This record gives sequence, C-alpha cells and structure tokens, in this order.
Amino acid sequence: MEGVFFNGNNGYIEGIVRGYRSALLTSAIYSNLTQCDTLEDLKLQLSATDYGNFLANVPGSLSTSIIAEKATQKLIDEFRYIRAQAVQPLSKFMDFITYAYMIDNVALLITGTLHERDTHELLERCHPLGWFESLPALCVATNVEELYNTVLIDTPLAPYFKDCLSAADLDDLNIEIIRNTLYRAYLEDFYAFCKNLSPPSNEIMAALLEFEADRRVINISLNSFGTEISRDERLQLSPKFGKLYSSGTEALASADDIEQVRITVESVGAYKGFFDTSNNKSLEDHFYLREMELCRNAFTQQFTYSAIWAWVKAKEQEIRNITWIAECIAQNQKERIQNYISVF
Amino acid sequence: MSGAANREAVFPTRMTLTLMKGKLKGATTGHSLLKRKSEALTGRFRDITRRIDEAKRKMGRVMQVAAFSLAEVTYATGDSIGYQVQESVKNARFRVRAKQENVSGVYLPQFEAYYIEENNDFKLTGLGRGGQQVQKAKEVYSKAVETLIELASLQTAFVILDEVIKVTNRRVNAIEHVIIPRTENTIKYINNELDELEREEFYRLKKVQDKKQRDAAAREAELAAELAAKQALDAEHLQGPSALTEAAPEDLTADKDDDIIF
Repeated sequence: MEGVFFNGNNGYIEGIVRGYRSALLTSAIYSNLTQCDTLEDLKLQLSATDYGNFLANVPGSLSTSIIAEKATQKLIDEFRYIRAQAVQPLSKFMDFITYAYMIDNVALLITGTLHERDTHELLERCHPLGWFESLPALCVATNVEELYNTVLIDTPLAPYFKDCLSAADLDDLNIEIIRNTLYRAYLEDFYAFCKNLSPPSNEIMAALLEFEADRRVINISLNSFGTEISRDERLQLSPKFGKLYSSGTEALASADDIEQVRITVESVGAYKGFFDTSNNKSLEDHFYLREMELCRNAFTQQFTYSAIWAWVKAKEQEIRNITWIAECIAQNQKERIQNYISVF
Repeated sequence: MSGAANREAVFPTRMTLTLMKGKLKGATTGHSLLKRKSEALTGRFRDITRRIDEAKRKMGRVMQVAAFSLAEVTYATGDSIGYQVQESVKNARFRVRAKQENVSGVYLPQFEAYYIEENNDFKLTGLGRGGQQVQKAKEVYSKAVETLIELASLQTAFVILDEVIKVTNRRVNAIEHVIIPRTENTIKYINNELDELEREEFYRLKKVQDKKQRDAAAREAELAAELAAKQALDAEHLQGPSALTEAAPEDLTADKDDDIIF
C-alpha cells in the first residue's frame, strides 16, 4: 500500500538513485583497473565508465589525490541534485546523512580554533557534503567560549552539543573524544528518526545503522588500548543500540586486549568472521565488506529511503577503491592491489 | 735534486748538521705516523661508504613501505587525517641527539634517535575509524626517520672523513716528497761542505808543513854554509897571516860624476 504514496513523492528520486547504483563499477571493471600500469591508463579505463571525462580538465600530471578529489566531487554533485528534489521526510533523511560530515567539519574547525590557525584555510579542507550555511561563521569565533555560545548553537548539530558537552569540555577534552561523542549522539538520533519511517525503510536503515554503531564500538575499543580513556568514557562514546548492545558494549568498554574484543564480537553470529585474518584481510576490510553487503542488500527492496544511504556509502567505497588502486599503481605495489572491496 | 735549489738556506756547520739530522728523524717518524693514520682513516672511510650504500638501499625500501602505509591510512580514514594529526601534536616524540666519536683523532658527529615514550599526542586520532592504521603508519614512518638519521650521520662522517683524509694525504705527500728530500739534500750539502773544508784544512796543513820543511832545510843549508866558511877561515888562519888585506879606499874624486856640475 505504501508503494502508492511513496512514488508520488519519491519515485523520481528512487529511480535516479537506482540509475546511479547501476553505474557503480562492477568487478569486471575493477579487474580492468588493476591491470593498468600508469595513472593515465587508469584514467582511460575510467572514462569508459560512468565517470566519463571527470579527469578531462586536470592540468599537468595526475595524482591519486586529484583522482580522489574529482571522484568525490562527482558524488557530491549527484547527491546535491537528489537533495534538491527531495521533500519531507526524505529531505530530513538526507540531511541526516550529511550530519556525519558536519561533525567532521566542526571538529576540524574546533581544532583549528584551539590552535589559532587561519580558519579560512580550514574551510577549504572541509568535506563539501558537511557544508552548512553557518559553517563559515565558525571562523568568526576566536575562542572556544564564543564558538560554543554564539555559533554552534545555530548549527544543525546544536542538539548534540547541548546534550553531551558543555563549553568547558571543549577546552581541555581531546578533540577526538568530542568528535566521537557527537557521533554517538548523532547515530542515536538518526536511529530514532529512522525507527519512525514507514516500513521497509525503518527495518533496512535499522540494520545499516546498527552495523555502523557496532563498528564504531569495536573500533573505539580496539583503538583505546593503552590510552588514558577510562571504561566509563568508552561507554560514553558507544552508541546505545546495535547488535552488540548492551552486554557486548559493556564488555567491549572494559576490554583490555584484542582477545577479549574478539570473544565479545564473535558472540554475535553475523560478526563471526571479522577476526579471521587468514586471507590477508584486516578487520577494517571485513567491516567494509560487511557494509557493502548490507548496502547491496538494501537495494533489493523497493519503496525505501535506505537506497540513498546505501548508494552514498557504496559510492564512497568506490572512491576509496579507486584511490587505493591508483595508489597501488602510483607506488608500484601491485601485490596488494586486490585489496579493494567490490560487491556489485 | 739540484743541490742549491732544493735545500735549506743554512750555514754548513756541524751544529746545523746535528739539527738537520734531528729534523730528518722527526720527519721520518711523522711520516710513518701520518701514513698509518691515513690508512686507518681510509679503512674507516671504506666502511662508511659501504654502510651508506646499505642505508640508502634500506631507505628506499623503508620509504616505500611508509608511503604505502600512508595510503592505507587514507583508505581507512579519509583525507583530513593529516591535518588532525598535525594539530594534535604538541611535543616531539621522536628526537635526535648528537654526540661525537673519535676516530684516529678526528671527531665525527653521530646522530642518535630516541623516543620519548610519554609523548604520544595523537594516539586518539582515528578513534572511531582507522586508528590502528594511523598507529601503524606512525611506527613505519618512525622507522623511516630512523633510517634517515642513520644515513645523515653516515653522510656527515663521510664528508668530514673525506676532508681529513685529503689533508692527511697531502701532509704525508709533503713530508715524503718535499721535506724529507730537502732535509736529506741539506745534510748532503753540509757533509759536502764539511768534507771540502776538511780537505782544504788538510791541504793548508800540508802546505804549512811543506813551508816549514823548506824553511828548515834552508836554515840548515845556511848553517852548513856558514860552518863551511868558518872552517875554511880557520884553515886559512892556520896557513899564515891573512892574505886578506884591506884594499885601500879609492879616491872619491877620481871618478868624474856627470851629474855634478861644479
């Protein structure tokens, strides 16, 4: 029944996204790309795909960073096009997607402000997807107090700041902790929002976000070995949902070595193979692979917003893959070139 | 080896000869010492050259791994990671200290890398994603910098040793080809001169002796003549009154002198 109404508002967008999805690089193209000997070859191979002439106007010689930048630019253009067509609640949903990048941008600017850098220079480094109107205003603030009271309040991220941080925290807390606290608040908020969407969006998004949350919890646990982050702080950084929640989250927060993390993570059936390093895959690779599988599965259902999320993530992974292959070619490290993640 | 040109301007005396001999001895000792030093330095130099070669090859490999680990970080975290790391670092964790090493009297600076373990400012970077890759990249790059430092200290030693070896060799050659021959020449010259003097002296003495002998002979002859005359006179006296009568003085005016006008 919901399909009838869904297409009224979102049918066009879903059509476009599915079009974008079928333009994603396939395994065959990837294996062509890995055969390239120079970046010029790579460019030639890519020009036969949906990327077309995205590198046509690059002066001078190619570098991996230019390729990554141009590919990201393409993703952003497409995203903005869809965003411009979207109506509520899809527009809200898409805003939520951008909040993740906003958090990164704000964290970047706060770091710059704390170290009294020229913040205008920082604006160029911000991720364009995380751009919001009052972002340049962050540059006006010269100290953290001001930043919090006058500027952050006006950003879309204000509720997250309000809930978990005070002005005093901004000063001496490590910026990474701020970033992760914000991210936790954001994920929880997004999760709550998705729960209220009409099915099947809510189910698929729940699965995707739960994985995202679990991945963060595992990563935070692994990366905080040997640091001064206490168990409570770790718990503070962990989103309160996901397959690992709550006993797993607790256990991960108090884990001190990789073995404990492994036991906890493997108690969840879907994550059983994550610590299997037999076929040269790191934990990070397993995460990406799992994420891509979820994204691929997200496309199997129709009349859902999750297709957009899945497309954005798949596209990002694709950019990473291209960058990785380009990097391997540029550095002549062909033996690791197969490490990209391709599911389509 | 043309005598006068290649010797020191000294008076050929015995004292100078002793001095010169001392100098020659000093030069020979100095020469052998310097030669040994130069050999030691050259040995060291070769060692360093070999190690530089090794270090450079190693650096190539390490740098490649390091650059690749950075690619892994970018793959796992995205591009702004470099900035985050830069901003979160306050104190250097990896430091270099220099010390000196004495190789045959040459002071070579040596750089030594050390860590300050408590300075680990960006261990939280990539907390939510890719932190392990960041730490791994940090370790790999630390190793790369270690190799760089090793290379730097070898290169400095290389340059300094090169210079010192050149100077030492120049000195060895100067002693061997200039100072020693010149001193030897001087000694030869002094010896020649002294010999000459000796010969002259000998000849002079001979001459003096000759003269003395001649004088003595003359005097003897005179004496003998006198004696003979005396004997003859005695014999005359013995024969009769002396026939020797004093001739009567001639008349002074008897002779006409042309000069006298009057």
